[in-house]
Amino acid sequence: MTTTLERPTAPPGGGDRKRRMPGNGRLLLGVLVVWVLGWAIFQGTATLEIGGADLTDFHLWLNSIRDGFDQARAGSFFFEYVIGGISAVIDATVTGLRDLLSQPSFPRPVPEIGWLGVVAIFSWLAYALAGLRSAVMVLVGLLLFGFLGYWEDSIDLLIVTLVAVLVCVVIGIPMGIWMARSRRATAVLTPILDAMQTMPSFAYLAPLVLLFGIGPASAVVTTLIYALPPLARITAHGIRSVSPTTIEAARSMGTSRWQILRTVQLPMARRTIIVGLNQCTMAALSMATIAALINGPGLGQPVAQALQSLDIGNAFVSGIAIVIMAIVLDRTTTAASERAEVATRRGGTPRSRRIGLIAGGVVALVCVYLSRLYIQLAQFPAEPDLGTPLAAGVTAFTDALVRAVSGLTSALTSVVSTVLLNPLQSLLAGSPWWLMFLVLLAVAYLAGGWRPTAIALVCLLVILGTGLWNEAMKTLTTTIVATLAVILVALVIGVWMGRNRRADTAVRPILDAFQTIPPFVYLVPALALFGPTRFTAIVAAVAFGVPVATKLIADGIRGVSPTSVEAARASGTTAWQMISRVQLPMARAAVVLASNQGLLNVLSMVVIGGLVGGGGLGYYVVAGFSQGQLFGKGLAAGIAITALGIMLDRVAQYAAARYGRR
Amino acid sequence: MELRAVRRVALMAVLGLSLAACGGGNIQNAPAPSGGGGQAASCGKLNMAINPWVGYEASAHVVGYVAKSKLGCEVEYKNVKEEVAWQGMGNSEVDVVIENWGHPDLVQKYITDQKTAQDAGVNGNVGVIGWYVPPWMAQQYPDITDWNNLNKYADLFKTTESGGQGQLLDGDPSFVTNDEALVKNLNLNYKVVYAGSEAALIQAFRQAEANKKPLLGYFYEPQWFMSEVPLVKVNLPPYTEGCDADPAKIACDYPKYDLNKIVATKFVEANGPAYKLVKAFKWTNDDQNLVAKSIAEDKMDPDQAAQKWVDANPDKVNAWLQAAQA
Repeated sequence: MTTTLERPTAPPGGGDRKRRMPGNGRLLLGVLVVWVLGWAIFQGTATLEIGGADLTDFHLWLNSIRDGFDQARAGSFFFEYVIGGISAVIDATVTGLRDLLSQPSFPRPVPEIGWLGVVAIFSWLAYALAGLRSAVMVLVGLLLFGFLGYWEDSIDLLIVTLVAVLVCVVIGIPMGIWMARSRRATAVLTPILDAMQTMPSFAYLAPLVLLFGIGPASAVVTTLIYALPPLARITAHGIRSVSPTTIEAARSMGTSRWQILRTVQLPMARRTIIVGLNQCTMAALSMATIAALINGPGLGQPVAQALQSLDIGNAFVSGIAIVIMAIVLDRTTTAASERAEVATRRGGTPRSRRIGLIAGGVVALVCVYLSRLYIQLAQFPAEPDLGTPLAAGVTAFTDALVRAVSGLTSALTSVVSTVLLNPLQSLLAGSPWWLMFLVLLAVAYLAGGWRPTAIALVCLLVILGTGLWNEAMKTLTTTIVATLAVILVALVIGVWMGRNRRADTAVRPILDAFQTIPPFVYLVPALALFGPTRFTAIVAAVAFGVPVATKLIADGIRGVSPTSVEAARASGTTAWQMISRVQLPMARAAVVLASNQGLLNVLSMVVIGGLVGGGGLGYYVVAGFSQGQLFGKGLAAGIAITALGIMLDRVAQYAAARYGRR
Repeated sequence: MELRAVRRVALMAVLGLSLAACGGGNIQNAPAPSGGGGQAASCGKLNMAINPWVGYEASAHVVGYVAKSKLGCEVEYKNVKEEVAWQGMGNSEVDVVIENWGHPDLVQKYITDQKTAQDAGVNGNVGVIGWYVPPWMAQQYPDITDWNNLNKYADLFKTTESGGQGQLLDGDPSFVTNDEALVKNLNLNYKVVYAGSEAALIQAFRQAEANKKPLLGYFYEPQWFMSEVPLVKVNLPPYTEGCDADPAKIACDYPKYDLNKIVATKFVEANGPAYKLVKAFKWTNDDQNLVAKSIAEDKMDPDQAAQKWVDANPDKVNAWLQAAQA
């Protein structure tokens, strides 16, 4: 779901190069030997370590740019009317919708439309667009928001998400179309989209508020930055993959480019674009907690607030409400796209359905009317209250769990840290920078050839320029360990799910939940179990990386041709042989993809890791958001994370293209 | 066809059920949100920043509750960090920061240079920053509260994160810490490790006290957690005026902060009752801890917690109100 640098077109991979693989393996070993020797000799020199409060010229320069903005904002035409105009429009839209649906609309003590009306309208919309099953789902979901005790915050989040997604559609779909039609546009936009997706939002949150004000506009823009890239990328991919013969046929009939786009490419790419919309929505939801830090309305508020008083129960309940919203939105948009497809094929709506729609509409209107009249139908009732007992139960359970296993988990923390993390970190961050620089370039070359080496060179120079080399190496250490853990866990669970339908049905909802629940929710229990250490940061990253990777591997295993499996079974292989000799090798591409996505998700948790003792770049990003003087250093850390992410992603992609497909 | 009919019936049933839930009680009878006081017109709107810690929340909601219920102001709370709050004073998005911890850089930028913000005096709370140990340690090793003995105990504080030295757990990213300089200048065999958030610090101290594990960390008062686990402060060389002038050479304790109120210049110029109330607002650390405890530990809604304290302390509240209505 969320942090994926979707790049559907595979980079060029050399088919004949794979014969060099064994040679590369030996070279890689050689690099390792040189590295360890170099480390043994030069250890601790030229590591470019800097103190917590130290600032480089680059950091100070970033600070001065921020101050320049701050000074210029009063009295500048651009800031006051262009940016100010944009934020005024967004603010007015969100505030208008909140008055209508969720917040007391002065002088009324309640919103214009009460909860019953809201439930009725949304259920009817779901029925009209996606069918009865979705209508029931929406109905249940909305009622659950109320029963959990977060009616207003939930509807607020829904409003902010929908407005952000709408803006995404307005910008992202044309952008995707443009990228599909122009190579140059792709070349220019791809790195920008990469940066938008990998740059941690903490790093630019404060200056964003400088521009768009404390209010819904900033929340929408923050969300937009993160949620736009998947939509643009997937749209471009969808249009690109429309079969050229169809386009050729249309062209031979004398249709103009614009007509081809409108009547051939867009309709045929429709399904893919809806997938993009889906990803965009999920990404938007995952920004809820971050947006709450700048007063963005919605469910992020109770999550962030609960963290202040370490209230695990309430953080969990409001987090679950976000999960419910994600699931309902995901399933409804999917159903809507399928229905639209069926409807176009059949042409027209059958009479009975039309009657149903009209009747439903009338009922919905009656509900709206009633909800304007009666306070009980306007203000969500306090009973039945599912939230309070659930929160109490979760708190009690976590306390008991912590008491029972904290001895065990702290032992695990210290073993992993001393045996694995400390030596590895000493090797990466304790080597002189020039040695690490060369080692990383050599690895990039051996893994993927010249192109990723060139990209790695640029990224490493950027990291060097941010003045945070040493911190970047510490972050690289935890990233490597976390990614390996993700792959290991995903392989075990994914293979199990792929081979066993029942396991799949049982595990998948848990994976969905872990993908959408804000990490803030499980940080407190993780801290109680593992303490403020790098290991806790790794645990959080693994919790977020495993779901995507596991699903991809499970799907890959299931996709292995049944005939091969049957043939192998007939020749009497054991279950273990089946997995290791048949299923995994044949699902190789899926495993490679899973590792790549797992890696990106791990990287997107670097900042969250900084909140729980992960140190490295993540901590500076957080500190930069909290302290004015450290803003430049935080932004520099954000840039370094982006560079690290792009480097790892590209090297992994080229390596996968070279070795992944046989 | 049949299936569709079934669907339709089901839909009607679902909507019908929701309709059946309808009862009496006209919306006009609903109580108005503001408790009245009859001066709504003259008070206007108060934009109160909520910085992200519970003590701040307590102060802000007490002032907000009094403004709303006694003066009839419309109060809007904005959840933002310190820097963003100061920033927002330029365009009237934020009127009040009710608890400010120093922040000389922001004072310079917004009070001295841009003149968009002003100091509205102390709020009575005294902020203490320093190094703390869990109470069990202070009991077992009474001399640990003197910094001179810290090196003796460094081995106790070793962790997987501190690379052979004792660990000094820092970590609320909101404050500038001098701790790296302090460790160096006091020749302590310790390494500063960044926990990264207040939640991480609190959880670490909580586990340390529960499991009798050694921990030395950066912390501060007033803080609701102190009423759960009364941490004990380690005495560093005492603070003297100017001993922290050069950040690289600091070898003394943190100063005590007389926490103050920051208000937007435009808010001062309007000179309404809300400003006068904020200006008059003053209470003690104990007062704040009481309200903060209601919020953090008794899980009360901040407004209710504020109401509880206001109802129990009419003298203090009336003193502020007299100033506000003067």
